[in-house]
Parts: sequence; structure tokens; C-alpha cells
Amino acid sequence: MMGSGGMIVMDEDTCMVDVARYFIDFLTDESCGKCVPCREGLLQMHKILTRITGGKGRDGDLELLEELSAVAMEAALCALGKSAPNPFLSTLKYFREEYEAHIRDQRCPARSCKELIAFWIDPAQCQACGACRRKCPADAVAGEKNRIHVVDQGKCTKCGTCFEVCPPRFAAVRKLSGEPVPAPLPEAERTIARKSKTDA
Amino acid sequence: MRDVTLEIDGQAVKATEGMTLLAAATAAGIPIPTLCHHELLEPFGSCRLCTVEVDVRGWTNRVAACVYPVEDKLVVRTRSPEIDRIRRVILELYLAHAPDSPRLKALAGEYGADPNRFEKEASFCIHCGLCVRYCAEVKKKDAVGFIDRGARKEICFVPEVAARECWACKECFPLCPTEALQAAYVLVEALKFPRPAKA
Repeated sequence: MMGSGGMIVMDEDTCMVDVARYFIDFLTDESCGKCVPCREGLLQMHKILTRITGGKGRDGDLELLEELSAVAMEAALCALGKSAPNPFLSTLKYFREEYEAHIRDQRCPARSCKELIAFWIDPAQCQACGACRRKCPADAVAGEKNRIHVVDQGKCTKCGTCFEVCPPRFAAVRKLSGEPVPAPLPEAERTIARKSKTDA
Repeated sequence: MRDVTLEIDGQAVKATEGMTLLAAATAAGIPIPTLCHHELLEPFGSCRLCTVEVDVRGWTNRVAACVYPVEDKLVVRTRSPEIDRIRRVILELYLAHAPDSPRLKALAGEYGADPNRFEKEASFCIHCGLCVRYCAEVKKKDAVGFIDRGARKEICFVPEVAARECWACKECFPLCPTEALQAAYVLVEALKFPRPAKA
């Protein structure tokens, strides 16, 4: 895809559209700016890819990207410009459905593009340990002891801290993409009834 | 210098070794569009609008006619669906920066370029380098140059040199394919030397 013999291993949590955007961003910066297909073409490709990862992709964006790629490959002056579209072309070749999910369903299959995901605490799993509430840098998690925690979607900056600190044995914090966030539990139903626990 | 014969758009064209495809085609009356070319200046090859197809050893390559040297028995095509597509997209990219340039508009009409395909970002300069190269090669003053690189590249006058040389010269203004220099000059003049209000 890019580079010279190096190998990058990525798992299903990496969004391939975002990877293409990252590499094109890098190449836009590397471009010397002499010839148009590279200087302007890559800039436009970067704008379109940023739009797609932001959930504002449009029909025809993929065709436009393919056309810009073809022109850069044929008409750019040097090998940087001629090979610059490769990250886009190879991710499109092997992960076209990820591009289509972003554009058509506003869904990021890797749950990585911030504009397309939401963090949500599954009320059935939350044990009110408070880890996410204490670590949240945006004070977006509401809750207290023995009360199921709730993410305030308006305040959430999607940093993912809650997802990381939620103890694996609860695994209550979920990343959602392409589906509506369930309405928060009414205040009255948030108290956790503990069966086995005696007075401490 | 050896004479060579090549084929451009099916027409046999005689040329001298060392000439570029663009020079050979122009001498034979075959038009190839250009923006960054000027006969007084060294070939630059930045606008890529003069891209043509050549057949070399069984391969079809797309090359910039303004920098590609002629070869004996070379087969060249100045128009093809792929060439037209390259020129159309290049013009569309340019039109995002200089939507009102008459030369770009005329070429856009010829190649069916949509001026609204890309988001407008009117910087006017299309980095053809004519002013920069003319100042360096013909006037040997280097009063204007390129700064930065990639998408942030711009033309910039060197104030120390420009203050001394430019006022009496201004020969780069008419070269500009988007008339940006002209506009910049008028603007600077207006700001720096406001005309007295009419009585």
C-alpha cells in the first residue's frame, strides 16, 4: 500500500477510510507543489476523504476519488504523485464495503470515526463502579454509587476513555455506529438492586 | 543535430533532435494546450495540460509534451479519451482557484470541464511559475519567488528587490494566465498610493 517493504498490522478496530485519509494527509504535506495533479488533486482527495469520515459523504464521491487517482497516476510529474493515490486505491479495492457504509449508512464498521460513533452504557451490564465517571475528561457520565451510569451524548467528546476503563468483567460501555442511541433509562429506574450483597 | 521524423496525430512531422514534442507540434500547426509554457523560458512541466500519449516500445505512456524530447519514428496522439479526461480534471482543479480566468474558461469550454466540481478556494494563483521564471531567467532579478511547498505553496515578492526593480518593470503581469498579478498590483497600488479624491 505505502512505504518500502514495511508492514503494518491492523485489526478490525481500524477504519480503512481513515487510514486512507491519514496517508493522503501525509502525502499532501510531502508534495512539493510543482504539478497540479499532485498538489491540487491530493488536496481535493483529502477534503473528500475527510468529508466521508465525518459522515458527510455523498453519492459520487468514490467515482470522483477514482478519477482524481487516475489523473494523478497518469499525469503527475514524479513518482510521489504517481503513487500517492495507492493508499486510497488499495483500501477501496479490499474494503469497498467500509467506504459504502460510511457514505450510505453513516456507519463506521470499525467504530473508529468520531463523527459516526456514540458511546453508550448498557444498563443491563453497568454495576455503577464509577470508573468511567471519574475518568471522563468531559464530565459527560452521570451517576453515583448504586445508580446505573448514563453518558450525556451532548457533552461526550468521544475520547473513548470510558470504553477503556470499564472493567472487562462488566463490559458495559459500548461503541455504537449507524444505529440510534437508546434513550437513557428514566431516573427512577437507575437504582441497582443488589441481591447477594450484605451490609458493608 | 540530426533530423528526425515522427508521427503526431497521424501526420508525419519533421523535427530536429533536441526539440520538445510541443515545439515540433506547434511548428507543424498542431495545437496542444499549455498554461505554464513560454517560448522565452526553460520548459517547466508543471501545469500538465500539455500531456499527450506516446507509444514507446509497445507501451503507451502519457508524457508532458513541453519537456519530452522528440525521437525518430515516435508515435504521438494529442487527443484521446484519456488525455481529454486528464485535461478536464486538471482544468476543474484550476477553476476551484481561479474561476473567472478567461483562459481557463475558454479551455474549460473546449474540454467540458465543470467549474463547480470542486469547492471554490479563490487564491487566483495557479502556480504556473511564469512570473517567477521570467523574473529569474529573462530579467535575472529574482524579485518574485515561490515560498513553502505542497498545497501551501505561494508566490511572493521579495520586498528588498521588488522595491528597487518592480516598479519600472512589471513585465510579469501580462504573463499571468489568471491575471492575479495584475489584480494584486492594482490592489497594492490602491492601498499604498491612494488617489486623491476627485474634486
